[in-house]
Amino acid sequence: MTRALGIIAASAIILLFATMMIVIMPTMHTQTRSHPSSGLKPYSEQALRGRAVYVDLGCMYCHSQQPRDSAQAPDGTRGWGRPSVPGDYSYDNPHLLGTMRTGPDLLNIGARQPSVDWHLSHLYNPRAVVPGSTMPSYPFLFEESPKPLSGEVEVKLPAEYSPGVRVVAKPAALDLVQYLRELDRTYPADDIPVVEVDSASN
Amino acid sequence: MSMTIAFLLAMTFLISVGGLGLLIWALANDQFGMGQKSAETIFAPGEVGEIEDPATPEAARQAMQRAREKGHHTEVSEELEERLVADASSRTPVVMWLSSSMVWLLLGSVFGVVASLKLHLPEWLVQDAVLTFGRVRPAHLNVVAYGWASMAGVGVGLWLVPRLFKTSLVGGKYAVAGALVWNLGVLFGTIAILGGHSDGLEWLEFPWQIDIAMVIGGALAAVPLILTLIRKRVGHLYVSAWYLIAALVWFPMLFITANVPNLLYGADQAMLNWWFAHNVLGLWMTPLGLAAAYYFIPKIIGKPIHSYSLSLIGFWALALFYSQVGLHHLIGGPVPTWAVTISIVHSVMMVIPVLAVAVNHHMTMLGNFRLIIHSPTLRFVVLGAMMYTFASVQGSMEALRSVNTVTHFTHYTVAHAHMGLYGFLSFVLFGSVYFIMPRLFNWEWPHSWAIGLHFWLVFIGWGIYFWPLTIGGWLQGLAMLDATRPFMESVAVTQPYLIARSVGGTAMTLGHLVFVSHFMLMVLRRGPRREGATAMLAGKWLGTGVQS
Repeated sequence: MTRALGIIAASAIILLFATMMIVIMPTMHTQTRSHPSSGLKPYSEQALRGRAVYVDLGCMYCHSQQPRDSAQAPDGTRGWGRPSVPGDYSYDNPHLLGTMRTGPDLLNIGARQPSVDWHLSHLYNPRAVVPGSTMPSYPFLFEESPKPLSGEVEVKLPAEYSPGVRVVAKPAALDLVQYLRELDRTYPADDIPVVEVDSASN
Repeated sequence: MSMTIAFLLAMTFLISVGGLGLLIWALANDQFGMGQKSAETIFAPGEVGEIEDPATPEAARQAMQRAREKGHHTEVSEELEERLVADASSRTPVVMWLSSSMVWLLLGSVFGVVASLKLHLPEWLVQDAVLTFGRVRPAHLNVVAYGWASMAGVGVGLWLVPRLFKTSLVGGKYAVAGALVWNLGVLFGTIAILGGHSDGLEWLEFPWQIDIAMVIGGALAAVPLILTLIRKRVGHLYVSAWYLIAALVWFPMLFITANVPNLLYGADQAMLNWWFAHNVLGLWMTPLGLAAAYYFIPKIIGKPIHSYSLSLIGFWALALFYSQVGLHHLIGGPVPTWAVTISIVHSVMMVIPVLAVAVNHHMTMLGNFRLIIHSPTLRFVVLGAMMYTFASVQGSMEALRSVNTVTHFTHYTVAHAHMGLYGFLSFVLFGSVYFIMPRLFNWEWPHSWAIGLHFWLVFIGWGIYFWPLTIGGWLQGLAMLDATRPFMESVAVTQPYLIARSVGGTAMTLGHLVFVSHFMLMVLRRGPRREGATAMLAGKWLGTGVQS
């Protein structure tokens, strides 16, 4: 029994040690929550609702939100933005850094693509605006509304992607688009200097 | 920063000195029982050299015994008779955990195939949010991780406990209750994900309220381990027991900490997320798989593990190194580089425990590899052990910045995950189930052809899954790194490989269907009654199967 207790104690201590090394100390270093970047604006209420839609539809399983340094990868050249810093995420809970780039990085999609119309068409049918896209369509974020009502936002679709009826966005789609438009970390980073882009090295 | 580094160095120094002191104390008190004799703990007196493979028909088993270098016949000892009783003692809880895992395996496989198809059929099943890719994919992961792998792993662990401690299982009813609670957790967690109520963190999608049920279910499953441990009748704890005990310490620590809501934000939360997600593989799933492999490989072929002291070094090295690898998932991300470097260093250090395990498993098999022709159990477990070596070395490589720059954010990582959780863990679990069930039910597997069919379907299916996806992922990574190629090229290049993945995944799912159907026949005791008893001791126990 002493041996079993030894295993239990040693296993627990080792894991605590590891936790200190790769969670407690680095988070003490970054202190993401209490040190937002000075250029970072909190999300609007609508964007927060849209963020919840982003989480619930699992956008993060195909889209990252963490551009890398140009010394490592051409993320900046692709227009995805400067390397991100912890202070860019101070209002993010849950974090949506992501691990896949089945689609492009979205941390600065709002700066890259501010058009509501584009986003709505893209969500209704991605292939309507991005040929070859493998992103699923989200028809359930939209509804058909033959007669225009006030406050409705109509989706502009090329003829071959239109169902033949007027399509309008549901509130969830508008919230999601607002969140995407507020994804904009193009302000300069505070503490961590941006590495000079050496175009020859890529 | 310099303060941080000074603190870090001081702590590392203190921990190392403390660890060294503990090691000296342990060696002085012979706590480790490193002697090679300890490797024979799992055998009854005189049993070494005897094949034990209940999933193999008698004729094939005898062929295995002849193929074993010096076949001999065990005398029926008191200890073996007691083992029969001990084996039966865990029946109800083990069957509960295993049969639940079967249901989740099938469901998780279907989710996996649906998610896979959606990546090359983007207009398929899009009318309802429930079946959108971003929900089906996490449903797949959570069902196979917490429903299939964890439940089957706990089931195998519960069955190993009486064998490792050489006494009947005590407190099995707690584990039965645990299975019920855990199942409810997985069920409602999956419904929550499909309904759009995910917590939004990979590997932690179940809402934290539901996670409380998982913690209770897991704790209940641990009760018999502890109660039986107290009453153990062996002087030495075999290495499998070390892994099981440690896994049951680590999992609640990880799971509870990571699921506390609103503990950390943004980049900090990402570090906690990946600390959890890699540790749940390294300190929960891997120990369960290794505990089984360390038991079944030597037990089936009747040969003690090659080097027992190496197995214990492997255990501690795994604990020390695996626990700190998580941040290699954030290479290039918005987290301190020094912390990521710690994880990369430890990922590479993982080569040490992996080689310790590899040498042990493969050297034990050396000279006996032809036995896998006869024994499907051995085939699954030995292949699983080989894929553990492969997956781990691949993982160490993937953590290197140069390799990670290509593979990060690509399907290569997904393929790698299926090398580990499927090639290694699931294969070991399949083999374990084939061994355990005849012992629990005193009944042979109704159709040996079904075991073969299961093996070939999942083995070939997995090959069609893994290799194309690995290649496709690598090409995807190269395309993304080349700024002169538009991003859409990296999408297009993966398409044929994603189609191959769907084909492979479908074959794997068919294999699971065979496996689960066969399992059900076994539980219901259907099918032809062959030699009857489980060939535990040729002769003595034949025909004494209890028909309850």
